[in-house]
Amino acid sequence: MLQVLQQRRWPLVLFWVLIVAAVVAAPAVLPVFRLNLLGRFLALAIVALGIDLIWGFTGLLSLGQGIFFALGGYAIAMYLQMNSSADLPNGIPEFFGLYGVDQLPGFWEPFHSPVFTLIAIWLIPAVLAAVLGNLVFRNRIKGVYFSILTQAALLVFFNFFNGQQKLINGTNGLKTDVTQLFGQLVGSPEMQRVFFWLTAVVVILAWLFLRWVVRGRFGDVLIAIRDDEPRLRFAGYNPTLFKTIVFAIAGGLAGIGGALYTVQSGIVSPQFMTVPFSIEMVIWVAVGGRGTLVGAILGAVLINYAKSLVSEAMPQSWLFIQGGLFILVVTALPEGVIGWFRGEGPGNWLNRLGIARRSTTYPRLDREGQEEVQP
Amino acid sequence: MTQPLLELRQITVSFDGFLALSDLNLSLQPGELRAVIGPNGAGKTTFLDVITGKTVPTGGDVVFKGRSLIGTREHRIARLGVGRKFQSPRVFEKLSVQQNLALAVSQPKQPWSLLLGGLSGEQRDRVHQLMSIVNLQNRCDWFAGALSHGQKQWLEIAMLVGQNPDLLLVDEPVAGLTDEETDLTADLLKSLAGDHTVLVIEHDMEFIRRLDSSVTVLHQGHVLCEGTMDQVQADPRVIEVYLGTTEEDNG
Amino acid sequence: MQLLLESLFNGVAIGSVLLMAALGLAIVFGLMGVINLAHGELIMLGAYTTYVVQLIFKLPALQPVYNTYVLVAIPLAFIVSGVVGVLLERTVIRRLYGNPLETLLATWGVSLILQQFVRSVPLAHAAGLMLTLVLGFGLPLLLPQKLLAGPRRRLMCAGSWAVSALGGVLLAGGLAAQISRIARATSRNVDVTAPKWMRGGIDYFDITFPVPRLVIIVITVVAVVGVTWFLNRSVWGMRIRAVTQNRSMSDCLGIPTETVDVLTFGIGSGLAGVAGVAVSLLGSVGPNVGGSYIVGCFMVVVLGGVGNLLGTVLASFAIGLLTDLIGAGRLLTVWPDMPTPLADVVNFFATTSMAQVMVFALIVVFLQFRPAGLFPQKGRMVEA
Repeated sequence: MLQVLQQRRWPLVLFWVLIVAAVVAAPAVLPVFRLNLLGRFLALAIVALGIDLIWGFTGLLSLGQGIFFALGGYAIAMYLQMNSSADLPNGIPEFFGLYGVDQLPGFWEPFHSPVFTLIAIWLIPAVLAAVLGNLVFRNRIKGVYFSILTQAALLVFFNFFNGQQKLINGTNGLKTDVTQLFGQLVGSPEMQRVFFWLTAVVVILAWLFLRWVVRGRFGDVLIAIRDDEPRLRFAGYNPTLFKTIVFAIAGGLAGIGGALYTVQSGIVSPQFMTVPFSIEMVIWVAVGGRGTLVGAILGAVLINYAKSLVSEAMPQSWLFIQGGLFILVVTALPEGVIGWFRGEGPGNWLNRLGIARRSTTYPRLDREGQEEVQP
Repeated sequence: MTQPLLELRQITVSFDGFLALSDLNLSLQPGELRAVIGPNGAGKTTFLDVITGKTVPTGGDVVFKGRSLIGTREHRIARLGVGRKFQSPRVFEKLSVQQNLALAVSQPKQPWSLLLGGLSGEQRDRVHQLMSIVNLQNRCDWFAGALSHGQKQWLEIAMLVGQNPDLLLVDEPVAGLTDEETDLTADLLKSLAGDHTVLVIEHDMEFIRRLDSSVTVLHQGHVLCEGTMDQVQADPRVIEVYLGTTEEDNG
Repeated sequence: MQLLLESLFNGVAIGSVLLMAALGLAIVFGLMGVINLAHGELIMLGAYTTYVVQLIFKLPALQPVYNTYVLVAIPLAFIVSGVVGVLLERTVIRRLYGNPLETLLATWGVSLILQQFVRSVPLAHAAGLMLTLVLGFGLPLLLPQKLLAGPRRRLMCAGSWAVSALGGVLLAGGLAAQISRIARATSRNVDVTAPKWMRGGIDYFDITFPVPRLVIIVITVVAVVGVTWFLNRSVWGMRIRAVTQNRSMSDCLGIPTETVDVLTFGIGSGLAGVAGVAVSLLGSVGPNVGGSYIVGCFMVVVLGGVGNLLGTVLASFAIGLLTDLIGAGRLLTVWPDMPTPLADVVNFFATTSMAQVMVFALIVVFLQFRPAGLFPQKGRMVEA
């Protein structure tokens, strides 16, 4: 600990203490409405973690994470609808009656099972991501082409879900807040508190998982793909396989995030798959700091918190601010907030305030007492 | 005569009608050190592209250890034992020197083995050994992008050696190096030959002379002549290609 | 025969709108490697410009020539979108050359701002601001260079901006007074009324060809021919291509590369403006009008391949024809008694949005065989 302080990392330590304290204290302090918002933002942070893995580390900018997010949401919503419609006529969800459907479409059947649903939440998005990703990656389509194709895929899924009333209630989406889980109303304050804790835990687990993924040689390969993918091939690695895997992981995480978001927002609808929302996800990561997992979490929570504050006060101005953020972050702050913190940013800032900063020598001659040798 | 390690048979590469390589034949014996020279546009880099699978030839066949490489993807060719160093050094700039080398020596190169296990002690030793060979041991935690041009050249050579390929394809290893570094590189490549088969592309005649190997001259996409450095330099066709103006160089 | 002709016409009509919308995007992407997500909003600006021009032509003084407003709207829309595009290039995009993904995000930010701008700023004021910008940048170019040289330079610049601002204020005030409705912020959509000669259609072979569609096809043909001529025959076109192929070499040869960047981006953006005119003839104009075209444009670019106008043209018409073929369920018309399961499938996709689903799937399949589009770039430079 002393060593940590000596390395002038106390702002970081303090920062962590504050964050953890805030999350632990939140359920006690915040009114349910605010707590619910925070829980939703944490669910979005899970999606952001996945985006950070594929964009921040691997350099794949997906503008279609909304697909996987929504699929996770639909999976849990279908289960909840089924779970709560046993005593309805026909025993199928109520909305089917609106369109004169009296026979449950086949693909709903497995969602009777809670176990299947829990697996489907992440497995369906992950498999879809793997298939779509592989189709693109194996042809070495990359860069902006990949981004454009993911965006088009998003639009396609939006159109599909939006248009199919008789299958999944089309544009109205599926409500979850009036459904039952364990005999409790999903929208009730007690359940919402549970979901908040659940989300917080999942965020931490996802973070630990991704930390494990990106530390070590697997993560090094991802960075190598970002820097120079063709070169990596000549070193005997198959980038397509790595990219498919991380895209699937990101898809799975987006699915989990979508499910947790859905139970806390009370509805899943094709609105989860709009083009702006999926691009917005990218900016959370960019603001927080791509390539830093913490940045993704922080960015998602902060931006969404700012969004809800601004939207409450001045609904007109949010898009201006968001648009400005996009421009600012890529032109002036490419490393994001965390990157700025880790770099020279705060030091310069302290300097300007007259607080001296310990200068570091570069290159470090003191390391291991070795002498400089010019090859 | 033993079976050649690598054999190029009547390789032709055409880019929209422009013949980058035409009817190129070449074979390498195991353990051989071979230098390839040729004026700009002779097809030297395309020739490496064909062997490593980056470019699919329009016609002809590449046979490595008795099997054809045509249609095999780059990473598979690399795993079969063909390593390549690029013309301008290509290292992974956002990884440290040590990480770059670790990626090179890792075996197998499957995602799960990278996820689930660390480097073995043997591989770790190998990384350190490579770093000391190319004199980068006190740069081990530096980002490769922060290295000087010469250091990047050497790091890439070290990565190539770390891959432990049977065939090393080295494209302009001494471009931008000092005389002293050039000599060291030549010694390094010579020491590798024997255990490995080495093919060097270079412009620097002094360097090639120092390698003391057989030389192949490429011109307009095919082999002009082969022989020792002295033989090649005395060949009138080579003199004409390098100095003469009787034929337009369409490079 | 009649069916074929009708289908062909519809496909070409859809395709030509798509082509017009994608043309500017394809040029900017092909020549500069910049993906401009604000392209849709530049189209929107062109559409709104058409609307404003049409309102101005409703003034009593201009009433007699009302029918020709489209001819005025086309160059104006080109200029308005072009100027905004140039501003965008100078302020944001040029900092990001070589970072296509970053450019993509930044231009998305611009598109959000432009959308919200149209929503929250009254149209009359916005039109005034646009006029100010256009005049402010345009006047110094029109004035004799002699006036701008020497010590009077600053004065002249300030003066031209003052005149521009005055013009802007006058336009804003005039528009606001003329039609009180548009003085308010218009988050609602507005409709451009087509001039009389554009309503209705021409009957031929028992098929009605709607005139607006025909006009759009003509505009598109002119635009494509014009762009092709410009890029391949004119001096500046040659410079643009030179910079695309080798920027540093072009620099050394004395080509003003920065001017070339501005010009390329300006032309691409201006074409978006012209596309806006076309779009306004088809339906109502709103802040979201650009967004509904942008993904289609990208599909054209992906399918067509980079740096080849012919690819863009073919891709547009291919997508247009396919959309019509699938969206209108034409297979069923040709082959009424196809087996039921197949008919169900055809019917399932027989809406505009479901046709998009199918077209996307087909494009992905196509990319499995031709990953770089219809006309891929070749040679050793591809993966440098």
